[in-house]
Amino acid sequence: MAKKIIKKKAALPKKTSKVKKTVKKLSLKDQTIESLVELIRVTSTVVPDDVFKTIAAAAKNEVKDTTADYAMGIIKNNIDLAKFKSQPLCQDTGTVIFYIYHPPGFHQTPFKEMIKKAVTLATKKGYLRQNSVNSLTGENAGTNLGEGHPSIHFYEQKGQEVSVKLMLKGGGCENVSAQYSLPDTGLSAGRDLEGVRKVIIDAVYKAQGKGCGPGALGVCVGGDRADSAYFAKKQLLRKLDDKNSNKDLDKLEKEIVETCNKLGIGPMGFGGKTTLLSCKITHANRVPASFFVSISYMCWAFRRQGVVLNKNSAIKKWLY
Amino acid sequence: MKKLNYPFSPEAVRELKVGDMVLITGKLFTGRDAVHKYLHDGNKPPVNLKNQIIYHCGPVTLKDKKGKWTVTAAGPTTSIREEPYQWEVIKDYGIVGVIGKGGMGQKTLDACKEYGCVYFHAVGGAAQVLAEKIKSVDGLYLEEFGLPEAIWELSVEDFPVVVTMDAHGNSLHKDVEASSKEILKTVL
Repeated sequence: MAKKIIKKKAALPKKTSKVKKTVKKLSLKDQTIESLVELIRVTSTVVPDDVFKTIAAAAKNEVKDTTADYAMGIIKNNIDLAKFKSQPLCQDTGTVIFYIYHPPGFHQTPFKEMIKKAVTLATKKGYLRQNSVNSLTGENAGTNLGEGHPSIHFYEQKGQEVSVKLMLKGGGCENVSAQYSLPDTGLSAGRDLEGVRKVIIDAVYKAQGKGCGPGALGVCVGGDRADSAYFAKKQLLRKLDDKNSNKDLDKLEKEIVETCNKLGIGPMGFGGKTTLLSCKITHANRVPASFFVSISYMCWAFRRQGVVLNKNSAIKKWLY
Repeated sequence: MKKLNYPFSPEAVRELKVGDMVLITGKLFTGRDAVHKYLHDGNKPPVNLKNQIIYHCGPVTLKDKKGKWTVTAAGPTTSIREEPYQWEVIKDYGIVGVIGKGGMGQKTLDACKEYGCVYFHAVGGAAQVLAEKIKSVDGLYLEEFGLPEAIWELSVEDFPVVVTMDAHGNSLHKDVEASSKEILKTVL
């Protein structure tokens, strides 16, 4: 269903541009911008398949006619409706974060400019809310551009392909994200995986329903404060049904989900069986003096997508 | 499933209990940070809020060529930011319902009990489902606060919410926090 609609919508702009301009194809720059706008549209309006499957399974699991069941039903309807209407899943279209994987010799500066154009266009089309505010003056330019916005990260990789991943991270769930410094005396959490387990569960308890749960976690064990938070959020790019290549972390990920779902916080904090949809954990080295654990909480409206671009910058493949 | 139909009253909302799933039909007035601060500062509301419901929401709105407004996305925003002001708005202007997400604190819970008001939880993030329930935009007040922060007078039909704080001193948020805390102790 998701793929059908994506294809249909993706085909539309091409057709109209042919009629209007009677040229065979767009310039490389215009085609890039068009592909990026399409990436933003799909990210904002359609949850990825892996997320949808997890939500559907969680919805089935709730006891019928409870408030949790009711909330999950509304969530599922909302997912269908947003896709059908091609309108944002949530009115908070979040912090716009791009991850670009490119070949050696790639020019980052012009690509950044194309991203900014695409973000401005997507805002005009209503795929993004006017969501970027100057922290000092309170001014909202209405374009989603400004100091640090959108957030853009580049990575060089082998091969000739360019792929672009996008995450739209809502404010409500960002507000319940957390960073712990181990040891934590209050939680009796030491500098080991048992301590890590404790603080992650504590973060989920503290979030209650406020992060628009059932949520998903990205976690980083170690790193300095900034890298730790950055790597934690990047874990949200992993598919929910993948496996951690580190056996200990894989085990911990499963254990966290299982334990958190015993807390009974449930969808929206109404009480219920599913509090957490998934937990993805990575690690980074630390200095001997520090031991940070960073937890990035993602709401059920888990918005991430990615594309591989072809030579002409058209969308060759969807990544999720 | 219960129904709450316009005109609303303290008596009608006192019938509702924590955990009730309710479909609201009638009028809602949006109001979030700027509106609550404005009322708290002693300004009179531009509309009579007696026996009305306030919705913590900054909707995405579009105006057509004829000047008619439609709401395209309208999920709830986090309510706890209005905790310093909400009790006063309940007391001074007689609102009988608050819709939002995430729940509110003791001051609001106390005011709900004393004056006859209920906190309804809408499903956070469900911007499309909730916008579908809005049948018309009937008024726009305090537009100078910016469109998401203004008061929008909306007519809704079967707007789906759950009572999470009732007029009898019960709060689902308090209960779930307490029960999950007990479980937390056993798993840490």
